[in-house]
Amino acid sequence: MAKTLFQKVWEAHTVRQLPNGQTQLFIGTHLIHEVTSPQAFGMLRDLGLKVKYPQRTFATVDHIVPTNELKEPYSDPIAQEMIEALRKNTKDFGIRFFDTNTGTQGIVHMVGPEQGITQPGTTIACGDSHTATHGAFGAIAFGIGTTQVRDVLATQTLALSPLKVRRIEVNGQLAPGVYAKDVILHIIRVLGVNGGIGYAYEYAGTTFDGFSLEERMTVCNMSIEGGARCGYVNPDQKTFDYIKGKPYAPKAADWDAAVARWKSFASDAGCQYDDVVKFNAAEIRPTVTWGITPGQAIFIDEKMPALETLNAADRATAEDAYKHMKLAPNTAIKGTKVDVCFLGSCTNGRISDLREVAKYLKGRKVSTSVKAIVVPGSQLTAIQAVHEGLDKIYIEAGFEWRGAGCSMCLAMNPDKLVGDQLCASSSNRNFKGRQGSQTGRTILMSPLMVAAAAITGQVTDAREVFTV
Amino acid sequence: MSLAKVTQVKGLALAVPGDDIDTDRIIPARFLRCVTFDGLGEHAFRDERTGPDGLERSHPMNSPQAARIAAAKQGVMVVGFNFGCGSSREHAPQSIWRFGFTALVGGSFAEIFFGNSTTLGVPCLTLSKDDLAECDAFVRANPDVEVTVDVQNLVVTAGAKSWKASIAASARDGLINGKWDPIADLLEGATAVDQTAGTLAYVVGK
Repeated sequence: MAKTLFQKVWEAHTVRQLPNGQTQLFIGTHLIHEVTSPQAFGMLRDLGLKVKYPQRTFATVDHIVPTNELKEPYSDPIAQEMIEALRKNTKDFGIRFFDTNTGTQGIVHMVGPEQGITQPGTTIACGDSHTATHGAFGAIAFGIGTTQVRDVLATQTLALSPLKVRRIEVNGQLAPGVYAKDVILHIIRVLGVNGGIGYAYEYAGTTFDGFSLEERMTVCNMSIEGGARCGYVNPDQKTFDYIKGKPYAPKAADWDAAVARWKSFASDAGCQYDDVVKFNAAEIRPTVTWGITPGQAIFIDEKMPALETLNAADRATAEDAYKHMKLAPNTAIKGTKVDVCFLGSCTNGRISDLREVAKYLKGRKVSTSVKAIVVPGSQLTAIQAVHEGLDKIYIEAGFEWRGAGCSMCLAMNPDKLVGDQLCASSSNRNFKGRQGSQTGRTILMSPLMVAAAAITGQVTDAREVFTV
Repeated sequence: MSLAKVTQVKGLALAVPGDDIDTDRIIPARFLRCVTFDGLGEHAFRDERTGPDGLERSHPMNSPQAARIAAAKQGVMVVGFNFGCGSSREHAPQSIWRFGFTALVGGSFAEIFFGNSTTLGVPCLTLSKDDLAECDAFVRANPDVEVTVDVQNLVVTAGAKSWKASIAASARDGLINGKWDPIADLLEGATAVDQTAGTLAYVVGK
């Protein structure tokens, strides 16, 4: 019988059926970070349990790391306590830690792929909802809570129920100035922020075939913003090329067998999906959010929705959103004054993002009314960017060049909005208070749109600022 | 490990309205700077409850009703649709539970939030849209009437009113049988786990 990748991976990792009807699912790769793991190690100690497969858990530190202060002790004593707790826990239990002094630290969803830990046909769990990022490689990857982090540490398994699979096909060529970020913002806008509950999203079609692994990661990353815990792209030659030679990639003698195995996990032709949705890439334009959920989005040249055009359920959230954002219905978003520009995060903090923006930024200047920061998602990305001289382009343009981490995506570190500042952000969430100030405002967009906003000091169509 | 059987939760109820209430709103990220869950209860919905000026805002969680639930350490939160969306932080249900809520009733719940709550023994039951609106209105109008969330029989009752409720079968099974924390079952499968691991090339190191 023809099967989806999701079904094949699920079956390969099924340990047994649990008494409550759920599946005990083997988690081949477990990623941990400083925020959602300390309590799990505490539970483990309280129960007198060990880590069952310490070699299958990998740790890094990302959320609390200051990006402008690379020396310890950090000025925030709690951040210092959290990084030290992770050092102790990984040492006590024999877990590999990509620490800040290794040149390999970074946002957990960048470290996995960079190290070749993220592989097709595997199960990956992490106490972080953006774990679906790893689905770009054809893995079944999803976020879990802290008690589940304990479950994986203690048993290398989770109690789960299978998801339905929705195939999201995007076909055709994106117009110049339209990026993977616009594709996922558009998908969420159309399917809704809760449209994916109960589903894994399989992203497919010629647009995805043409995407690099980094573009696929940008899309998979935001699956959870559409309510889908998990999103993936079937593995292909690009996937294998990306993994080859990475530290944890299968070595010479095992490589061919690994590729053959990985290929076998791809969804079969003629397999049954629970739902299929199709998009035409040519119809997608640069997209920005205007509200407080990632689904409240419009094309840059559209007006924000009039309240009377929304259904009753969406209207209450929209009214709340307009009030928080200090924006008016039925007006253009273009031209809205911007205070801060943030280029980074597990959605768009990769080398290809930094390269793409640098290409256009050369010789341009950030508006004097804007604070602009660029935060490479990982140390390896930062090193590569510096090697290519990208840091100089950003600094000359007026961006602050920072160290690796989650930074202003969620503001668990010193990078925060102040008061009701409005941030043009390449991150993934525009929730109220997300960027560290409860009255702070976030507009999500692609990295090039962030750069355009930085130059003009307002929400701008990048295609009008740059020759794309 | 012996756990309480959560067949029924009874207590005063509080309506916390709104759809798409994300976990950043339930517990802002700055409170995730911690290595235990202790003390999270007092910060549930912090930025909804306290303005940037440090003054209390009008919010259900600031009401005398919320204080009664906090004192009783049991109660029911009535919420909207897609409650708990966003981040996977278990800190969110932990803060609600530590505040004093022992069950939630809503239109729908984000998946990770739902799982995290169940693992704490906190049932999240779903009502139809119309029933939820009625339940919400009843709870506001009758703050002194206890609400019963019957996990066993899948019904929510308050006074003379009752509404048919639903919850994933596996979660219901775990709750009513005192197996809402799966760790014991998972540990029991250790031998089978090793067998599965042995079949996975990337786990055995190839």
